[in-house]
Order: sequence, then structure tokens, then C-alpha cells
Amino acid sequence: MNTWQRFNNSYFFYSFKRDPVAIASFTIFIFLVGISFLAPVVAPFNPYDTSTIDIMDSELPPNWMEEGDDRFILGTDIQGRDLLSTMLYGLRTSVIIGIGAVLFQAFLGIIVGLTAGYLGGKIDAFLMRIADIQFSIPYLIVAIIASAVFQIAFGVDRFEALALPLLVIIIGISEWPKYARTVRASVLGERNKEYVEAARVIGLNRRLIMYRHILPNTMTPVLVISTIQVAQAVMSEAALSFLGLGMPITKPSLGSLINAGFEYVFSGSWWITLFPGILLVLFTLVIILFGDWLRDVMNPKLYKG
Amino acid sequence: MVGHLLEVKDLEVKFALRFGDLTAIDGISFILDKKEKLGLVGESGAGKSVTGFSIINLISKPGYISGGSVTLDGVKLNDLTDSEMREIRGNKISMIFQDPMMTLNPVLTIATQMTETVHAHRNVSKNDAMDIALDKLKKVYIPSPEKRLFQYPHECSGGMRQRIVVAIALLTNPALIIADEPTTALDVTIQAGITDLLSELCETDDMGLILITHDLAVVSQVTEKIAVMYAGKIIETGLTEDIIKNPRHPYTQGLIGSIPGTQEMGKRLTQIKGMMPTLTDIPKGCAFHPRCDIGEQICRETTPLLESVDGEKRLIACHIAGV
Amino acid sequence: MFAFIIRRIIQAVIVMLVISFIGFSVQHSIGDPVRDMVGERVSEAEREALRDKLGLNDPFLTQYFRFVKNACYGDLGISYFHNKPTMHVILRKAPATIELIFATTIIILLITFPVGVYSAINPNSWFSRVVMGVSTIGVAVPVFLTAIILIYIFGVELQWLPAFGRGDTVNIWGWETGFLTKDGLLHLILPSISLASIMLPLYIRLIRSEMMEVLETEYIKFAWAKGLNRYRVWLLHAFKNTLLPVITVIGVEIGILFAFTLLTETVFQWQGMGFMFLEAVERADTALIVAYLVIVGVMFVVINTLVDVIYGFVNPMVRITGSK
Repeated sequence: MNTWQRFNNSYFFYSFKRDPVAIASFTIFIFLVGISFLAPVVAPFNPYDTSTIDIMDSELPPNWMEEGDDRFILGTDIQGRDLLSTMLYGLRTSVIIGIGAVLFQAFLGIIVGLTAGYLGGKIDAFLMRIADIQFSIPYLIVAIIASAVFQIAFGVDRFEALALPLLVIIIGISEWPKYARTVRASVLGERNKEYVEAARVIGLNRRLIMYRHILPNTMTPVLVISTIQVAQAVMSEAALSFLGLGMPITKPSLGSLINAGFEYVFSGSWWITLFPGILLVLFTLVIILFGDWLRDVMNPKLYKG
Repeated sequence: MVGHLLEVKDLEVKFALRFGDLTAIDGISFILDKKEKLGLVGESGAGKSVTGFSIINLISKPGYISGGSVTLDGVKLNDLTDSEMREIRGNKISMIFQDPMMTLNPVLTIATQMTETVHAHRNVSKNDAMDIALDKLKKVYIPSPEKRLFQYPHECSGGMRQRIVVAIALLTNPALIIADEPTTALDVTIQAGITDLLSELCETDDMGLILITHDLAVVSQVTEKIAVMYAGKIIETGLTEDIIKNPRHPYTQGLIGSIPGTQEMGKRLTQIKGMMPTLTDIPKGCAFHPRCDIGEQICRETTPLLESVDGEKRLIACHIAGV
Repeated sequence: MFAFIIRRIIQAVIVMLVISFIGFSVQHSIGDPVRDMVGERVSEAEREALRDKLGLNDPFLTQYFRFVKNACYGDLGISYFHNKPTMHVILRKAPATIELIFATTIIILLITFPVGVYSAINPNSWFSRVVMGVSTIGVAVPVFLTAIILIYIFGVELQWLPAFGRGDTVNIWGWETGFLTKDGLLHLILPSISLASIMLPLYIRLIRSEMMEVLETEYIKFAWAKGLNRYRVWLLHAFKNTLLPVITVIGVEIGILFAFTLLTETVFQWQGMGFMFLEAVERADTALIVAYLVIVGVMFVVINTLVDVIYGFVNPMVRITGSK
């Protein structure tokens, strides 16, 4: 049986096919990620190209409304950029930061969790104590304070230039304890199993046992929390950008678009804020729904039961 | 007709599931008189517990009573409203559950859990309710009951908790106690204490007892009557003594043969082959036929009825042994 | 129980030391207390003299211990922008944030418990289905979007409710409260509903699932078998057991609520600690930022410790093991 056939016959794929919510959310997720990365191709305009922007077009409502312009399906923002195109580019930024931040969180958390769980003893107690302390403070506070400190340390201009990698780091730092705890818990579960014992008996060294034998077995819970974490990271990014501590409006993410549109709500230009907002909600919602499904399916207890 | 404490007639319980109804109890009938003790015996899944719960109309969803009647002291329980039924539960009929570790609410004191039952059914003052609780704790031989009253369940041992549960069951001087595997979760040494206590209380307090268990040894020590259940039906019933000495239905024979000490010395214990069918695939004909050694063609086709064999007292549902 | 409380307090003190250390490190590396005190227009020599006098040239640890000592006396430095002790600035802003959280908590409790319990008891009613559907979507809606939509509907289109600031406040013993004026209460409505909106779905789902789990237990079945009134079974037997797991998350949830006041206060220009903090970030007011960090850290430690202790009191099992 090749890999595809095995996948096709798996319980995993079987329950996916039977769950309309999972199919729908996964499809929408792939679609959104797809069009966001294809933004340069599919978007009607390039919001980064200042030559195509005309300030006279600013604050035009969606094209089905009275003052709408047919060139701009969802209207324009205050700088006269096509809202749909800006949203697609913004979504791409959000997706990159969301996935990047989760990879970074997972990287930190897996290293700490593996070390703590496998070595045990004082190192374990120390690392987990740190994780506990950080865990007792909400991730959003950590992220906000961290970005505030970064912004002051770098100065606003350099911060804005480096915003994307910095946000990945900030959101990564604010959420690593979740991975560390998850990985540690499953390492503790695996460590005393016979195959690890066997690997030790044949004289494999510790690091090899850890990475080759234990790590792969901790991947299921990591995968399960990762989906929810991507949604969380996208929301964190949006929150930071909304507060002006994230992506600058020149390189907008969905959060900074919502922020930029906010003050124009009072003059009745609701679309500048609402459409990016809806896109953000849709994107995080499908990830959460898919993540919930994944958790139910992957849960070893349910799987074997 | 008059004088029976409890009369269960053609009771039928179904579970409403997405793909249709499953029959869990398939028309069972039995009678219990005052002071009488009935053992309801069978493997797990035979429908014993469901029978117990359906008497007080407390089957958990999606189960429901789909037919038959339960009559207590001449009152048909099926016709009662919810609040009338509540007056019966814990008042005229008390239940004792299997696992005393799980039966008591962990966040309420023993006193609260006892007096609330009294208050639910008797119009008495707090002090009187407390006195009643204390009195019943003494009755089940709990040492220093005054102290126990103000403890939480987790401060008591398993055997102690089951005594407390029995005391709760006694609070309102019920006419009938349904004990659902009351000793299964307990240590062997404590089991005898609880069963002795139950049979003693039936004598002194004029109660009927339905003892639900898979353990024939327990039943034979306590009860006068036995009803053996298999796949939602009673397949053999009669006096305890008769059935233990001379089981007629092949299933009962198997059950008794598997108890250590019932066989001659040096002989192997018998074992019933196979497993009890699940509710979804109960075989046609006699539900026991795939596991039966003496089964014939008829067993595969027609369901045997529960019929009298030696006069009134012994009923058997078997084509072969029942003749 | 006593030993349990002592142990928790020792842990809390250690955590506070760690937080103060982080705060101090931030201060030490990016702050400039000299500027904070005298501003930009002082010569380099004078600055250096002042540095020496303030002990800014002392070894790192010496400075850290001084920082901790001062912090214990409530001295967390001077805000450069406000030109006042940072503690003073933060404490003046605290009532606004505390009142917002308080009002939000009341809204959350008033809605989530009845709704959560009801939908656990009647999981198949249309009301429960709608609630579950809405709360699934609700988890994905960020608080600032809810706030903006509420402002647009009730503040801009309908013009029913004020969308900015705290409105009229009354000063009672130094506490600026908006609870005592009609205007103040009206101003509270939109911000507190927005803030509550992030917790409502989570809490309703949590209470519902915990309660449903409890309703399946043997002791609830036994309570039914005792013939108790249904409300006693639901509201005493089941609910009290539901409370335990809910209380454990309340500490964390209040912290998250606090974190989200930063967003809510920004949207509604609510003059609280969060709004102040973001202003301080814009002005690069390091001392104020560090003071905020330390105070928030202390607050979390205190809340978490309190919740643990309260949990110990409610849960008889912890109470016993704690006392032994």
C-alpha cells in the first residue's frame, strides 16, 4: 500500500469525509490561504504600488451602494486603496505572522518540553516553574508589554521596518509555555514505555533517543494545539496591530486595517473596518472549527475507543 | 391479588436511538411481597440495573418505559405524575447504588445529604430530621455517628460510605429497597457485613428487597427468590434454594457451575462459552441458543415463553429443559 | 490549611521577585531616569553628576536591590511625562479600569450562569442550540471588532448610548466612580458589554459542559432516586460541583479580562490603566511602563494566590490534605 492509499483508508480521512463542518472549514481555510498568497495575481490592485492610488478615490463605499465605484467591489480605504486588494495582502501578512509565530512557539516549547520531560529532576522543575509563572500571566499582556518594550528599545521607525519578524518573536514568546507543557506531559507519558527502554538498552545516546524516538510520539498533541494556536496568533497579531504595536498601516495586516478604519466609522464609513473584520473572524473561525474537529479525532482515547 | 408489595407486569424498556429503538427489557414480570427478598441475577448487560431504575421511573435518556406496568401497594406507578412519582422515590422505594465512592455528593456533608431526604418527604423540623438521620446511622452500626454527620464523604472508607448509603435509604422507612450491586465495589470482607445488614433490616423493618447482582453466591445467602435475567428477559425464576440446588435452564446451570465450591471436589469449574449478545444483535429465537449446549432447531426459530414447570413456583423459558 | 496558605504565599513572593527583576532589567536597559527627572536640556556633566548621585553607576545587583526596596515602599520611579510618581499616576487611573472589570464581571456572571446551566439541563432546546451556535462564532470575534460594531450601531446610527470616555464621575474618598451618576452608568454599558463578549462564549461553554458532566454522575442519579425536588438537584447538588472547576479558571479569566481592557479602553478612550499604558508607550515613558509591568505582575500573583486559597476553602478535599 502506498502512502496515499493508506491515508485514503485511514480512520482520520474517513471521519473527515463524514464531517461537513470539517470539510467546509478546511476548504475555506485552504481557499483563504491560497488567495492570500496569490494576492499579487488575483487582487485587482497592488496596494503597495503608490502610483495606482488616487487620493480622490478615498472612502468610496462598496460598489452596490449609491456612491460606489465599479472598480472597487468592496470600496476603498482612506488612502484610496482598493479595500479588497488591501484585505488580501493584509490576510497574507496575518497568515505569515500567524504561522511563523506558531512555528517559533512550537520550536521553543518543544525544546523546553523535551528537555524538561526527558531529563527530569531539577532542570525539569526549573523550566516548568518558569513556564508556570509565564502561564499565570495572560499571553496578551506578555505580548503587549513585549512589543511595547521592543518598540521603545528599537524606536518606532526601526520597529515598523522590522515589524514582521518582531511580531513572530513576540507572539512566539508569549505562547511557548503551552507547547512546553503539552510536550513535557507526553514525553513523561512516553519516557517509561518499553520501546524507549529498549533503545536505551541497545546503547543509543540520549539525544538520539529523544529526537528519534520520543519526539515523533509527542507530535499528535502538538499538531492538535497548533491549529488553535494559529488562530490565537492571528488574533494576537490583530490585537497588537489594532493597538498600534504591530504592523504599520503602510504594510497592513487585518488588524491594522481594522484600526485604520476605526476612526472613519464615525463618519459613516463602516466598510473600511467591517470587511477586514469579517475576513478576520471567518479566517479564525474556520481554523478553530477545524482544530476542534482535529482534537476530537486525534484524541487517542476516542481514537481507540 | 391484594397483599403484593410490588407487582411488575410485562415491563418493557426501550432505548430511542438514531437508527431506531432498542429493546433493553423485553416484557418481564415478577411479584414481591412484604419482607420478601428477590435476587435479580445475570451478567452485565442483561438489563438488571435498567429493571431496577425503571421501577422508580429513573432510566437515563434515551431510555424509556414502552410498556407494561409497575404496581406498588396497589398503586400503579405508571400513571403517576412527575411530582407524585417523586413522592415515591426515596420515600416508599429507596435505592442503593453500586459504588459508594460515587454515590455520595463529594461537596455536601453527610448531614446535608441525609436530612434533605427527610425534608423532601416529611414535614419535620431541622432538629427532628437530624435526629432521624442519627437514628438511622446507629441502625447501620456506624461508630460515633454524631461525628460522621458533619464529615464529607471522602473522609469515610468505602464500607462506611455504603453503610451511610444504606442509612439514607432507610431514612423514610421505605416499603421497598432496590439494591443495585451493593457489594460489588467493596472488599470481600466488607461485603458480608453489608448483605447481612440488608437482610436483617428487611426482617426488622418489614421491607421488601430487590437485590440486583451478578453474584449468585451473594444472592443465595440473602434472598428467598431468584429471577435470572438474560438479554432483557427473565429466563428462570423460583425459590432460591430450589434454583441453587437444581438449576433447570442451561444458562442458570452454567452460572451456578461457574461458582467455586458448588462442584464436587477435584472437578473443573464449568464455563459458559461465548459472550452475552449486545442489544443491537440479539439472536432470533432463544437469545441464549448460540451459547447453549442442548439447543435444537426450535431454539433458533421460536422464542421460548416463561412457563411454569414444577407447579407455581418455578418458571423457565426453555424449549428443552422446560418440558 | 494554614500550611497550604503559607506555601502559596512563599511561591507568590518568589514570582513577584522574578517579575520585579524583569521590570528592573527593562528599566535598566532602555530607561533613562535622568531624563525622566530633569528632561533633555541639561548638560552632559550635570547628568553624569546626577547619575552618580542616583546610584545609576552602581553595580547592577545593587541597583536591583534598591529598586526592590523602593518598590516595597511604593516608590516605582517618576513618570517623565506626568512629572509625578508613577505609582500615583497608575493609582489615579486604576478606579476606571477596576470599575470596568467589575461591571463586566457582573454582566458575565448574570448571563453565563443562568444560560450555561439552562443549556446543560435542556441541551436539545432551540435556545441552547442557538446559544451554542452563537458562542462558537463568538470565540472568533475579536473584542475590538465587537466594540466597533456596538459603537457603530448604538453610538453612531441609533445614538442611544455614549461611545467615549467615562462620562460624569463622582469623587468619593479619592475614588473617581462612575457608578453613582446616570451619565457614568450609561457610559459603562458599551465598554462592559464589549469586554464581556470575549468571556461569554467561553464561560457558557465551560459551565455547560461541566454541568452536563456532573449531571451524568452517580451521585446526581442518587439524588434523583432520593426523590429530591428537581431544583435542589440542579441548583445544589449539580451546581455546587460545577462551581469547583469553574472557580479554578476564574483567576486566569480575570487576568485575561484585564489584558483585554487594554483593547477595550483604547476603543472607548476609557481613561483607565490600559489607556494610560498605551499612551506611555507612545511617549516612551519607560518608568511608567515598568511601574505598570510590576503592578500588573503583582496583581496577577495576588489574584492567582487568592483563587487558590478560595478554591481550597470551597473544595473539602484540598482543605483536608492542606491541613495535614
